[in-house]
Order: sequence, then structure tokens, then C-alpha cells
Amino acid sequence: MRRRDFLYLTSLGAGAAMLPSLNTFGRTISVEEALIPVDVKLKKQMADIALNAAKSKGATYADVRIGRYLNQVVATRDARVENVANGESFGLGVRVLANGSWGFAATNNLDNASIAKAAELAVAIAKGNSKLMSEPVQLAPQKGYGEVSWKTPLEVNAFTVPIPQKVELLLNVNSEALKGGAKYVSSNLFMVNEQKYFASTEGSYIDQDIHRIWPNFTVTKIDATSGKFETRNALSSPMGMGFEYLTPKEEEKIKGGPVTMYKKRYDMFEDVKEATRHVSEKLKAKPVPAGKYDLILDPSHLFLTIHESVGHPTELDRVLGYEANYAGTSFLTLDKWESKKFNFGSDQVDVIADKLEVGSLGAVGYDDEGVKCGSWDIIKKGILVNYQTIRDQAHILGLKESQGCCYADSWDSIQFQRMPNVSLAPDNTSLTAAEMVKDVEKGIYMFGRNSYSIDQQRYNFQFSAQLAYEVKDGKIIGMFKDAAYQSNTQEFWNACAKRCGKNDYRLGGTFSDGKGQPSQVSAVSHGSATTRFNGVKVINTGSKLG
Amino acid sequence: MAILSKEEAQTILKKVLSFSKADSCEVSLNGSNGGNIRYARNAVSTAGQIDVMSLSVNSTFGKKTGSASINEFDDSSLKKVVSRAEELAKLAPENPEFMPLLGTQNFQESKTFNEHTAAMTPDTRAEMVGKSLNVAKAANLDAAGFLENSTRFNSVMNSKGLFAYNKSTSVSFSVTIRNKEGTGSGYVEQDFNDLSKMDVLALSKIAASKATGSAGAKAIEPGKYTVILEPLAASDILGSMFRGFDARSADEGRSFMSKKGGGTRLGEQLFSENVNIYSDPMNPELPSATWNGDGLALKRTDWVKNGVVKNLAYSRFWAAKKGVEPLPFARSMVIEGGTQSLQDLIKSTEKGILVTRFWYIRSVDPQTLLLTGLTRDGTFYIENGEIKFPIKNFRFNESPVIMLNNVEALGKPVRTGSGMIPPMKIKDFTFSSLSDAI
Repeated sequence: MRRRDFLYLTSLGAGAAMLPSLNTFGRTISVEEALIPVDVKLKKQMADIALNAAKSKGATYADVRIGRYLNQVVATRDARVENVANGESFGLGVRVLANGSWGFAATNNLDNASIAKAAELAVAIAKGNSKLMSEPVQLAPQKGYGEVSWKTPLEVNAFTVPIPQKVELLLNVNSEALKGGAKYVSSNLFMVNEQKYFASTEGSYIDQDIHRIWPNFTVTKIDATSGKFETRNALSSPMGMGFEYLTPKEEEKIKGGPVTMYKKRYDMFEDVKEATRHVSEKLKAKPVPAGKYDLILDPSHLFLTIHESVGHPTELDRVLGYEANYAGTSFLTLDKWESKKFNFGSDQVDVIADKLEVGSLGAVGYDDEGVKCGSWDIIKKGILVNYQTIRDQAHILGLKESQGCCYADSWDSIQFQRMPNVSLAPDNTSLTAAEMVKDVEKGIYMFGRNSYSIDQQRYNFQFSAQLAYEVKDGKIIGMFKDAAYQSNTQEFWNACAKRCGKNDYRLGGTFSDGKGQPSQVSAVSHGSATTRFNGVKVINTGSKLG
Repeated sequence: MAILSKEEAQTILKKVLSFSKADSCEVSLNGSNGGNIRYARNAVSTAGQIDVMSLSVNSTFGKKTGSASINEFDDSSLKKVVSRAEELAKLAPENPEFMPLLGTQNFQESKTFNEHTAAMTPDTRAEMVGKSLNVAKAANLDAAGFLENSTRFNSVMNSKGLFAYNKSTSVSFSVTIRNKEGTGSGYVEQDFNDLSKMDVLALSKIAASKATGSAGAKAIEPGKYTVILEPLAASDILGSMFRGFDARSADEGRSFMSKKGGGTRLGEQLFSENVNIYSDPMNPELPSATWNGDGLALKRTDWVKNGVVKNLAYSRFWAAKKGVEPLPFARSMVIEGGTQSLQDLIKSTEKGILVTRFWYIRSVDPQTLLLTGLTRDGTFYIENGEIKFPIKNFRFNESPVIMLNNVEALGKPVRTGSGMIPPMKIKDFTFSSLSDAI
């Protein structure tokens, strides 16, 4: 028996003598130990204590999540390291249904008595709130899976890569930018490992090991005469991968356009060199004349437009009003879905929800209420056909089971409906982005995410990019600055004219999508190929202070 | 219960420091205990009680620093989190900007803790939410809201003798009330340290009346308008400007506070003469902790006086480099105003737009602080001193710096978000397009 197991079972760590209320379950976060997950047997014992305590107090259903969340940040600026930090959080959250109402409690005191007390408190909260319910919670049926496990497929666990190697990588990236004339450069690596265990009164005991990584940088140059500055961020994507994402592979690059783009391997050096050149071009770029343009949107940009204008409005909790007080509601009301003919977009628009895609941020084996994950159509040939649901919503859509969209960002957060990967399918042709450009008379070709804003029902949005190239008569002729497009979701997706083929398909993503109260983050990917939208309104956002 | 007293926190911090082998070490220990209840569609959706505590260690050898954190507190874990931070420090390259730790400091005792708030239970929360739900149900409207309270402590100790501790409470409430047809929506939010100041019933009634009053909105042309911003709307748009009161980014030429040709805009008339902004951790309406994460004392500070920029925040490193005293960022800002109420501002307006709040605000141009975002939950057309009719929501493209140059009147400040903010009458505010969102 390892020492930490011993401490847990005896509930007598040395700290306990001084502060009896403190946790006595001793563990460390040294790199070596971070790699050793908590013993599954121990987690099962703790889970059963919570489940039994909840049932004995009258819960009709209970689930428990025991989570160990590791994160590592390496942050640099210019020639120095700003921060190297290792974070770890470990604890248990228990959710119960009692008298038809939800209750939740969480603690990081993991002795038997504290676990049972948390479960009892969750039941008391549920019962107390049940008098404020208009109808009892209805849970879609879910079978227990017994003892199962799932891991992010990866080649190199990023937590095993020594810190000096990570620091060296980033400082070398910065050095490239400074050599290229950057005034400032910052670069970061974010790594996350969720070691989570789920158990429910329905008989599931699910152990999962989930990894994410995100390299990023910002290169800044200042024009001394005008006092103006410009920046360019990395065109990397956060991924559900290990450190292998940072080992470049030529076959994972797309070259030939104005910018080198990356699929499932990222070349940080190459990108920073290009970025440093781009910033100089941005400083000299021509202000965009406002007007209508055909937009060619690279996946490094389009992912966020998909996220905001397709992902969010198809979240069923928003449609129903559960997010009315925070993230907002949705224009995609149930009647539009029921009609089976709501014209969300053109016939080019096939949108798929997915929790399985290898390398994506949303990929898991099971969601945070023990539902095995899958994929399904949300928009089919432009028509709204489905939403994103969890167990207590499935009946509203007449579904017999949940779609597995439940997630909590920590053991001490209540799980709720979160976005799966929501991706625009590529075309069945082999059309490349370079070929797409040739057909455009007056257009703008955009890369990378920048400013983004959308209303609470997801109609009106304004987005801008890291790079905006002017396209005239089928050729890229230079760079624009201050270009942002404003549109309405339905109008925009109906202007979707053409998609490139699957060879151009890439994932973009966000590490920290916010939703819920208390606010929680989640990481989600959005795939697409380069896509063309005709006749979109572009504004010039240039401004001056007096 | 994760709320340690000053003495309990001190004991753990001392113990952690006793394990340190580094040249210098700084340890922080923070905990919170609180609960929340969330409701939507006129019923409770989720509720929980959460108890957390965590400790983090910064260890430094020479100018090499490493950090590690943990949420377990037996001796073995404490020793290992220290050794982990030390391992990381040894691996880290030198930080040329490392500043030696501060020694013992004197901090004023804050006014952030309130016994009534600390005593809140799940039943207190359910009872308060019950009142809000009754307002919505009685008016045949739909409520979605959130009530949360917490008690927290923050403490830090370093190997040079600095020790700081603060205990605080907060209770926050917000509710969105919509009509059944989905054609009208109203919103309020409020937070206090002291529960007895929170009137959930009165707040819910305001949201309900906005839900009804905003139904049937008419579209008017986007363009430049005189606006009356409720304190919440003003607070929404000014948050990012407060973060820009930073000397370093200004000196480096990448902020709206940068002067063309180099240097900062400190001492310049950047705003209208009637704009005065200060911070004071001892403000009884808006108390905050009296120290920041660096261990610097927070004191009453003028940031803008008669429209002139009086101070910018200097980190310890940047202050040393520039040969000035360090000045920490404020935790909360007070914008001074007059005695006029929101109603008074409306009465004095010939033609204008009343904005309840803004939403999804993002930076478009950091150099001018140009922002974009949308109005939400109650936007109204004013004519001849009266609210005439609700109007459809707008997207705006505007800079708060420009906005504070166009101030026509400021009303009486109220606690809103993390500030004391007055309702504001602003001319020539730019709305760029219409939104169908309600």
C-alpha cells in the first residue's frame, strides 16, 4: 500500500492533529507522482461511500466525480521566463436527485466522514429546493457500464517533458521574433490533464485520463514615427493531444498560400518567423474600404465563427432558457426544429456534433454523467435537425437517451450541458484554398481569431482576424488592416457558397469557453475546411483618440 | 469549513516556510466556503455548497523562481509542494525582473467581512430565491437567476517577514426576467459584502418591469445618439479602461495611455473635466482588502482628477526601473458623480437612448480602446425628458476614452460590479448596427 492510500484509510495525516477539519489525504505534485494516477480501487471506495450515503438519506439517484486536475503553464516574454507553474486540484463532488430536485456538494476533505457529509449535504440541498420546483427532474435512462476506462490517444504525455525543454523551445521562438525585428514577443505553453473518475447509482465506474495542450505566442512591432503598434498571434490550435503536437511534420502542413497552415502537427518556429514578417506588413497595410466582400475564411478563423454562431445557439439549455441569466438564450427555438425546414444555412452547410474526433478538445469516452459519447448531425444541408443535450433534457426532444454533452470543469463544479465539438463538414471534392481564391473577384481572405462579439440570442455578430488579405480578380494582392465583418447568423450561413475538400480540413478550438453560474470553462474544437461566404458586410474599425 | 482565522493561517504558513531551503520563499493560502442556487424557467435548476482551500508556494534561488500549488495540507504534502517549487526554481532560467521580497508591512484592517453574510445557509438562499420567483410568477413572466454567497480568506507570508491576511464575505444576486412570448427582457445584478443590504424582492420587481416595458421594441436607425447609461451599463464598458491604467504597457507604447513619440499620458487631460476617478479600500460602500498579491498596501489613490490622468499603476519592477514609487492596481474604482438620480438625467434629455446594460464587449483596437458589444435587457427611446418606447438592441463600436470626453452629466454613484459608478449622460455614442436579440 502506498503512503497516500494509507493516509486516506486511516484519516490521520500529521496535519490533522493541528487542524482536524483539514484534508488528510496526502499527495504531491512532483512530475514523477503527477504521472501516477490515484489508485482506481481507492477511488471506487470513496465513490461508494458517497453513493451509499446519498441513497441512505433518500436520494433516488446520485453520481460522484472524483477529479484530479493538473495544469502546467510555462510563460515567457522576450528573453526571460515569466512563470513556470504547476497546479493541482483534487477533490470530490456529489450530485443527487431527491424529491425530484438536484442537489450538489463538493469537498477536498477526503476522509470517509467528510465524503459522507458532502453527500448528505447534497441531499439536504435537493430536498430544501424541491419546494421551488414546478415539475420533477426527468432523467433519460442510462445503463451502468461497470468498471471501464478511457484515455486521450497520445504519443507523448506533455507532463513527462522536462521543463527546461519547454523553456528552451519558447525562448528560441522568442529569439526568432526578436531577430526578425519584433519589439516584444511573449510565448506560452498550457497543458492540462484531467484524471477523472465517475460513479453513479446506476452502476458505472468510469476512469478517464484526458490531455490537452495549447502553444501560443504574440509578436508585437511598433512604428516609431506613427506610434502605432500591431500584433500577430500564433496560428496554432489548442488540441486534445500530447506534446507530439509540437513536433512538426511536413505532411501536416499546408503551403502555397500567403500563410503556412498546420493540421495535427504545429511548427512553432516557422509560424513565429512568418508572424514577425506579417506584423511589419500589418503596420503598412492598407485600411479596408468598408463594403460588401466575398470572404474566404481559413479554419484558424472560421472555427470561432462556428463556435459562436452555430455551437452556442444549438445548445438545448440555452434554447430552453436555462442560460437566460448569463450566456443568453437562442434564436433557434424549438418550433424551428420541429418544422424540419428551418433554413439555417445554404445547402453547403452540414454541421456535425461530435465527442470522438481524435485530437479534438472535446474527445472523451464518456461525459460527466456517465453517458458514452458519439456524434450526430445538427444542421443537414442547411436545415436545423438537432441540438446538444444531456440526460435531464433528452425527453424534451423525444430522445430516448442523452447525447452525452455533460461536463464540469472541476470536481467542485456542477456538471451541466456543454458544447461538444461542432464542426462544418468539408466538401466531397478535392478543392484547395488556392483554387478557391481564383474564383473570387472582390474578396478578403482571413486567418486567425481576433476580436469577436455576438448577441445573447446569436443573431448579430462582428468578427475580425489576425490577418486579412485583399483578393482581387482571383489573386491575393496585399494586406488590409482594420477589417471586421458584421452579419446576422442566418444570413451569413445562407451566404455560404463553397467549401474546400477534406484535405484542407483542420481543427481550431478554444481552451476556455465560458458558461454557467458560477462560471465554468470548457475546451472545445471546431473543424472545417477553408470556406467561402458571398457578399458579407465589412466595416473599417480604424479609430483615433483626439 | 475552509475559513481559517488569522492565527490558523499564520501557523500553516510558518510551517511551510520552515520547510523552505530556497533563498527566499513566498507562500499564499486561500480558502472559501460558499453556496449558490441557480434558477430558470421559474424553478430551481442547480444548487450547491462548495468548500475549498489551496496553498501555493513561490521559491526563489538567486533570480530563479518556481511555483507550485496544492490543496492538501498534511505535513508530507506541504513539504513536497515546497520541494516541487524549489525543483522548478532550479530548472528555471534567471528572471532579470525578479524583485527581492518585501519585508514586514503594515496594513489597515479591512471592512470586508460581515457576520450575517457568513451565516447564510442553503435555506436562506432558497427563501430569497422564492421571493424572486414569486415576483415573476405573479406577473406571468419567466425568471432565470443566480444567488451566490461566499466567505473567503486570503493570506500570504514570505521569508522576509511579510504577513498579510484578509477575511471577506460577499453575496451576489442577478436575475433576468422575460415575458412568456420572448419579446421583452429585463435584468438586474447587485453584490454586497453585507447581506442586509440585498433586497431581492425590489431588484426582481425592477427586472420584471423592464421585461414588460421592453416588449414590442421598435427599430430605429443606428448612428450617433445621446445615451443615458445606467450604472451597470457604464460599469460594463469601463472595466477594460481601468485595466489600462498601467505605466508599463503605456511606456512600452502599446496602450491607449501611450504618448505618441514615447512615454505615458500621465498628467494629460484625457477626459472631460467633470471626470474624477479614485480608489479607496476603506470606502464603506465598497470595501476591499488593503493589500495586493505583491504584498503592497492599497491606499486611497486618485487616478483621474478633473479629467487629468493623475496616476498609473507601477509594478515594483517597473517603478524601480523608472525611479518612482510602486503603485498597485486598485481592486475597485469609484467614479465621482453628482446628486442627480437616473430619473433626473432622463428628465433633462431632449432626445436620447436609455441603456440598461451592455453585453459581449470585446476590444477591437487596443490602441484607442475601441470596443464593440451590444445593448441588452431594456433599451428605450427618450424624448422630451420621458421614456417614449422600447427600441431594438444595437451593436455599438465605441471607445470608453472617447465616451468620457463626451460626458454631459453624471448622477449619483451606486455600487455596481466592482465599482461605485454613477449613471451617465453621454453625447455622440456610436451604434453601428441593429440586433434582433431580445
